[in-house]
Amino acid sequence: MSEIPQARSRASAAFRPAINIVRFLWGSPPSAFGLVVLTLLILVALIAPIIATHDPYVQNLGNTLQAPGGEHLFGTDELGRDIFSRLVYGSRITLTIIFLVSVIVGPIGLLVGTTSGYFGGRFDTVMMRITDIFLSFPSLILSLAFVAALGPSLNNAIIAIALTAWPPIARLARAETMTFRQADYIAAARLQGASPARIIWRSIVPMCLPSVLIRLTLNMATVILTAAGLGFLGLGAQPPLPEWGAMIATGRRYMIDSWWLVTFPGLAILAVSLAFNLLGDGLRDALDPKQMNRR
Amino acid sequence: MKRVDIRNLSITFGTGPAAARVLPDVSFSVEAGECFGLVGESGSGKSTVLRCISMLTDIWSGKVTIGGTNVRDLAPLARSREIQMVFQDPYGSLHPRQSVRTVLSEPLKIHKLGDREARMSKAITDVGLPLSFLDRFPHQLSGGQRQRVAIARALILEPTVLLLDEPTSALDVSVQAEILNLLQKLREDRGFTYVMVSHDLAVVDHMCARFAVMQHGEVTEILPREAISGNGATHPYARELIAASLAYERAL
Repeated sequence: MSEIPQARSRASAAFRPAINIVRFLWGSPPSAFGLVVLTLLILVALIAPIIATHDPYVQNLGNTLQAPGGEHLFGTDELGRDIFSRLVYGSRITLTIIFLVSVIVGPIGLLVGTTSGYFGGRFDTVMMRITDIFLSFPSLILSLAFVAALGPSLNNAIIAIALTAWPPIARLARAETMTFRQADYIAAARLQGASPARIIWRSIVPMCLPSVLIRLTLNMATVILTAAGLGFLGLGAQPPLPEWGAMIATGRRYMIDSWWLVTFPGLAILAVSLAFNLLGDGLRDALDPKQMNRR
Repeated sequence: MKRVDIRNLSITFGTGPAAARVLPDVSFSVEAGECFGLVGESGSGKSTVLRCISMLTDIWSGKVTIGGTNVRDLAPLARSREIQMVFQDPYGSLHPRQSVRTVLSEPLKIHKLGDREARMSKAITDVGLPLSFLDRFPHQLSGGQRQRVAIARALILEPTVLLLDEPTSALDVSVQAEILNLLQKLREDRGFTYVMVSHDLAVVDHMCARFAVMQHGEVTEILPREAISGNGATHPYARELIAASLAYERAL
């Protein structure tokens, strides 16, 4: 009889931190803005077909470069496609990039950082020199090189961005790991006979996770900009995909006469990367271990 | 109950004439079921000896046996069922993001022991905490309660030897007495062998039948408890240490 409510309270205890974090973020205007923009982005991506007023791929050569207003909220591009609808569908591409890059970068960075921080010695030296090699290139240039080698496409752009985005995460995780590698609770885990893999997974990763999450969120702005940059250079998403950076690239030729071609995708990129920065900043305060007692 | 023998335990860095001997040569024996104290000033190597016995540090030479078995010959899992340690700082020895339940169930999972709930309840009641504490996190516990959890964690694998690294020095005086009495009672009930590091001779007097005085990594003298009150030490450093402690107590 008593087991069921106990199990329920344990389950809700697992969710409580998440709810508390959202509540904390909601409390400060900048991070609340970030939260709203990102919720909006996810919502728009989910219900894109409902929101979009036109098909993002349908061309109408009799209706090119229409100014905003009337039937087309944000105007039309050089092929007569509705820019608003393309922006709405473009949010899906942006979210895909963000999601895939975080899913690749987070675990790789954590794995490399925590293992080299925990084991130290020669393994650490080798891993950190590899990290240094990746860090010593400007990320856009390195992604350019990767995309050039792999061939231009959205997936290759994601892989290239991921390859350039993990070293800072690994560095961070290593530094964090080294601060508590000598802690008594790690020594206690070793005395219990825990294997290094178990110690890293059960004791070290939970300690690194908050700062890695913050760093990932702050990185997202850079990732979006790099993706947009690659799209702009024609090495990311290929036409006719409505990727925001690629939209700016094609609109650039008509920029002087038709400002709406570059302005709206530019504003979208600005809003989303700003939202990620503000959210990351808020997360830093929310996940600060010194404030754990307040929750 | 198992006895602990430490023979010619030493740590040396480097080789040849430039070699630095950090821990020159430590030898002592602890009878089965005895509480043996290690005292000395900061940096005299007390804690290092414990870390060597528990193999947290493995760059030492010499021989450490528990019940006749060399600790180096024990597999890590078997070793952890012989030796456990209670650390000095209860604020640093519990993982800040693990609940007491996780802290206690982790060793049981590693050793694939069944009956987890029963074992955890036993461990937590043995150290005098209510069962509801299983779902608490370290930041919801006081220093004394944390140290009790740390002791429960050490007990749960049912070791034979407990290494106590100044288990009470981070606690205030009234809590110190509680923890010491708890450790005393556990030893009487379960027959643990204790090796206890302390710089507080009053604690040693309360807990240990014999103790070793260490200085610069060397055991200067091994004394019985009775040597404290009358200052029966013969080595000048041990005499000085005990005299200082007695003078301090008188001043209080």
